[in-house]
Amino acid sequence: MKTLRELSKYPSALAGLIIILDLVAVSIYAVVTIPYSEAIRLWRGGEDVWYRSPRNAPPTWTNFFRREKLPATFSLSLESESVTRSEKETADGKEIIITFPFDFSYDTFPQELALYLDPVYEEKQPYISVTMTTPDGRDLRIADFAVSPSQTYLFSQDTRLTRRLGGLVPHEGVFLNPEFESKTPIKGDYVITIKALTFEKDADLRAEFVMFGQVAGWAGTDHLRRDLSIALLWGTPVALMFGLLAAFGTSVATMVIAAVGVWYSGWVDGLIQRITEVNLLIPFIPMLIMIGTFYSRSIWVILSATILLSVFGGSIITYRAVFLQIKESPYIEAARAYGAGNARIILSYLIPRIIPLLIPQLVILIPANVFLEASLAVIGLGDPILPTWGKVITDAIGNGALYQGHYYWILEPAFLLMLTGLAFAMLGFVLDRIFNPRLRGI
Amino acid sequence: MSEQSITLQPGAAPVEKIKSNNSALLRILRYTFFKIASLFVTVIVAIYLTILIANMGGYVDEIQRAQIREELQQHSFNDPAFKALAPEARTVRMEEMIRIREKRLGLDQPFAIRSFRFLSNALTLNLGWAQNMTSDSGSKQVRNIMLERLPPTLFLFASSNIILFFASIAIALSLSRRYASPLDKVIVALAPTGSAPAWFYGVFLIVIFAAVLRILPYGGMVDAPPPETPFEYFLSLMKHLALPLFAITLNTIFLNAYNWRTFFLIYSSEDYVEMAKAKGLSSRMLEQRYILRPTLPTIISTFALTLITLWTGAPILEGVFNWPGLGRTLLQAVGQYETSVIVGSTVIFAYMLAFTVFLLDFIYALVDPRVKVGGGSSHA
Repeated sequence: MKTLRELSKYPSALAGLIIILDLVAVSIYAVVTIPYSEAIRLWRGGEDVWYRSPRNAPPTWTNFFRREKLPATFSLSLESESVTRSEKETADGKEIIITFPFDFSYDTFPQELALYLDPVYEEKQPYISVTMTTPDGRDLRIADFAVSPSQTYLFSQDTRLTRRLGGLVPHEGVFLNPEFESKTPIKGDYVITIKALTFEKDADLRAEFVMFGQVAGWAGTDHLRRDLSIALLWGTPVALMFGLLAAFGTSVATMVIAAVGVWYSGWVDGLIQRITEVNLLIPFIPMLIMIGTFYSRSIWVILSATILLSVFGGSIITYRAVFLQIKESPYIEAARAYGAGNARIILSYLIPRIIPLLIPQLVILIPANVFLEASLAVIGLGDPILPTWGKVITDAIGNGALYQGHYYWILEPAFLLMLTGLAFAMLGFVLDRIFNPRLRGI
Repeated sequence: MSEQSITLQPGAAPVEKIKSNNSALLRILRYTFFKIASLFVTVIVAIYLTILIANMGGYVDEIQRAQIREELQQHSFNDPAFKALAPEARTVRMEEMIRIREKRLGLDQPFAIRSFRFLSNALTLNLGWAQNMTSDSGSKQVRNIMLERLPPTLFLFASSNIILFFASIAIALSLSRRYASPLDKVIVALAPTGSAPAWFYGVFLIVIFAAVLRILPYGGMVDAPPPETPFEYFLSLMKHLALPLFAITLNTIFLNAYNWRTFFLIYSSEDYVEMAKAKGLSSRMLEQRYILRPTLPTIISTFALTLITLWTGAPILEGVFNWPGLGRTLLQAVGQYETSVIVGSTVIFAYMLAFTVFLLDFIYALVDPRVKVGGGSSHA
């Protein structure tokens, strides 16, 4: 309680605390709304899951900073509200009419327009004709063909449509009026109509219309059309978990070992000091690389290895110095006099005294470990299944995001990493000042 | 990062009487000798641990077994007597030869004994031949592949750490003079930036200076093809060095400045500084002799930890900047599953860490007159 009141005097600590609470809220939201298996499916599902997004599209909110608004990505299926479907019996089958109305008010053209068609029939393919009504009232004939199961009709691939539009690329040409010189798309309401004629009584047609815009979602997409929001959302609990567990495991184990060493002194203490010296010379990242390459890249293996390698780290020396002082205190003498056992003295008398020193250390260690997880992902040793921030950065660097100007791809996860790191570091620095009054005046 | 306030010398020895210059030299020599001896033992233990970890999956032995098989196959292809044998007899003979060779190399011995032989090989970097990787000079020997990449790494890290050290001291000193000024507050507020690794700032710097402003290269060490005159070569080198160096400096400079300024402030409130001030010494002399001098040992021990953190992050930084050093080689080895190079690089990194620790300990002994004679072997 006292600590909290002290904390409120430091704006940086408060800011850090608020950011941390937000991150925790995001983690809970991510885990609750997108269960683990769903996250994995969305992240590793393959083209079946990702086909509705364009490749390498920046997030939609970037339009806010642009004078020329880029078209957003959307998809309309039979389940969408605005889509209508009507059918009428004919002599030897049905006539199905599906309309996809949409509003287009952007200054540039989309990447692609596509129709995903899936007819149900026994022998004879349904025949469809696709038309598009533009805001200025023209009816464009797009295409007429017999549909086969799971057919994808891409506007840009239709050479006949190109010829009909006078040589214009279809996904741009359909938005232009041939009578005007203007090279900007006509804004307003468009309607795509599919008129299907089936030649069997119980034939049917499912259809989906997708406009691949220049921007997509609130996080953008990567080279595989994956929505980055999955990785950004799910990366939060993973980063926090790795950071917290590694920092907690390391600091607590280090503290206990230092206490044991000081209390028993003699060869135990000597051994702990020798191990610390050796551990200081073991190159940390190359060692983790070795473990990741030879054994397993699972986040749990790497987490355990991280804790094991940092338990005998430099902080054992600080703790040891403090414990040496505490060991001489009269109350320890008193405890020994009433016959307290070794374990009791270490756990109930030595360790509680060092907790004020431990807490800031622990909080400052968290960002180091959050970044460690990202670092390992950057060198290709990330967990093979989980979507994490580090892996988004790796994908971005590996696929030339920097050369091709897809900055959002690398900056979004980097920004989140920085936010997490700074939040914990700011809080930790202030805690350090509060718990170590030596620094308070300075 | 988090371990800023730690001394490498836990039990600072009691103050010794300062004898003549001659004995001071002797003291340093003896100290150096014991230091090297104890560090060497430590390095051996560290490398032995590395080997144990690498071998737990049987990888070190796999390297050797694969090598024997390949060598013998190569050899027998050129042997007309071997070619004349029937296919079955050939296999039997081959297995027999492999068995004999493995016995000769001691691969049939228990692991405990084998591991020590491998330890001596690793210590001398005698790791055999790589399977896929080649050095730029065309050698397939693991030692050549790694030693060829060592100079760029040393160049990058030595230059950046020297700059980092002196820049941090200069900033910290000037901040301690201007305590609680706006600049001081800014640096204190920026200190938490030290929690991110250097490569992370590297990515931002690449975005700003290489991708958007296009004034500095994305990565690499010199232009391709390398410039011909030494002067142009140097310019190109500097141009490529700028961003990684900036990333390393940016990473820790605020944290260092913050920590060291605190040390300076602590030491400048000592009584003898007040006394010297009262005597009317110039503030320059005051800073150099009465504040900087006694703070140096503490600064050096915190710098040691900064350095160690930087070293361990080297592979990633080199990977991000495509710097042709040992770290990038390690990452390439991971990509190509070149086990002997992975183990070898780990060993070299351990050596470099040991050398860094030794160098800093040596400087520590130079600046701290209290270092205990010869006690170095038993204590830190």
